[in-house]
Amino acid sequence: MQASSTSPAEQTFSLGLKEGISVALGYFPAAVTFGFLAQTTGLTSLEAVMMSLLVFTGAAQFMALSLLSIGTGALEIIFTTFILNIRHFLMSASLNEKAERDHPLKKAGYAFGLTDEVFAVTSTKEGTVTTSYIYGVFLISYASWVMNTGVGYAIGGFLPETIQQSMTFALYALFIALLAPSLKKHRKVFFLAAVAAVLNSLFSLFMQEGWSIILATLLSACAIEYMEPTKKQPS
Amino acid sequence: MSTEMFLLIIGMAIATYITRMPGLVFFNGVNVSPRLEGILKNVPYAALGALIFPGALFIHDNMLFGIVGIVSAFIISFLGGSLIVVVLGSIAILTLLSFTPFFG
Repeated sequence: MQASSTSPAEQTFSLGLKEGISVALGYFPAAVTFGFLAQTTGLTSLEAVMMSLLVFTGAAQFMALSLLSIGTGALEIIFTTFILNIRHFLMSASLNEKAERDHPLKKAGYAFGLTDEVFAVTSTKEGTVTTSYIYGVFLISYASWVMNTGVGYAIGGFLPETIQQSMTFALYALFIALLAPSLKKHRKVFFLAAVAAVLNSLFSLFMQEGWSIILATLLSACAIEYMEPTKKQPS
Repeated sequence: MSTEMFLLIIGMAIATYITRMPGLVFFNGVNVSPRLEGILKNVPYAALGALIFPGALFIHDNMLFGIVGIVSAFIISFLGGSLIVVVLGSIAILTLLSFTPFFG
């Protein structure tokens, strides 16, 4: 099955659910870890699940736990959440170029679910991506994130450590699986990913993760765009 | 739940949503220049590069762990594995190797 070559008519809600399973699976270890750490940080189970339910952003939720544990105030945590998520401004504007035109309220609905992983799965589809498909990917990933936060709160410490450790690689495997097929087809994709990877490795030495990713992505996307002699897009 | 924790969660929810919504709602129907469109279409692939590196190298004390994971995932993908096969396959390889002294 080639995940990225379906026509808009085939991009149904259930295809979204199906292709979102890889994100849901990747969220399992992350959400379980979050639930477990939330418990050890002293959050109640209601607080942990509510954070996953309302915020739905991996990195910032982990950051919130570590800041809470050292007694940081709420305003600073909220501001750091914003900084860590600034890259989503860019991602949502990028997905908008590929997304089916639809009522702003429907788009405002799935905008809530635009994590790095949901963005990566939906935005690497070829051609237009439908609203139903995006909702499918979003909802199965969201369900996994919220439920497994609860699971982690209850049982997190009991999973074998070897499996916990290997599963931390799941989300990276997902990103690679999304990148590889386009890498084979378009040389430009290789340069885009490689330049951003090198820049992010440099910037992350002296910058916060959120800023580093957005700056590396933006610089690579612009540099490759301006270097391209002809204006042909790998649509 | 304490009021402060409740307000913190609401604040984090708003801080996250306001980064995800404007691009999709306020750009709706706006005509962007071909140049900007080209840049925005480049973003997913550049973002994937930045999301994988260097993060994947540092998830284990031993950098070999990330390297083996990255190589496995690329090989399985290039052999035509679907998303789920790549994810499960590379986790399986890392788990098996973890039972050997490979990662020290």
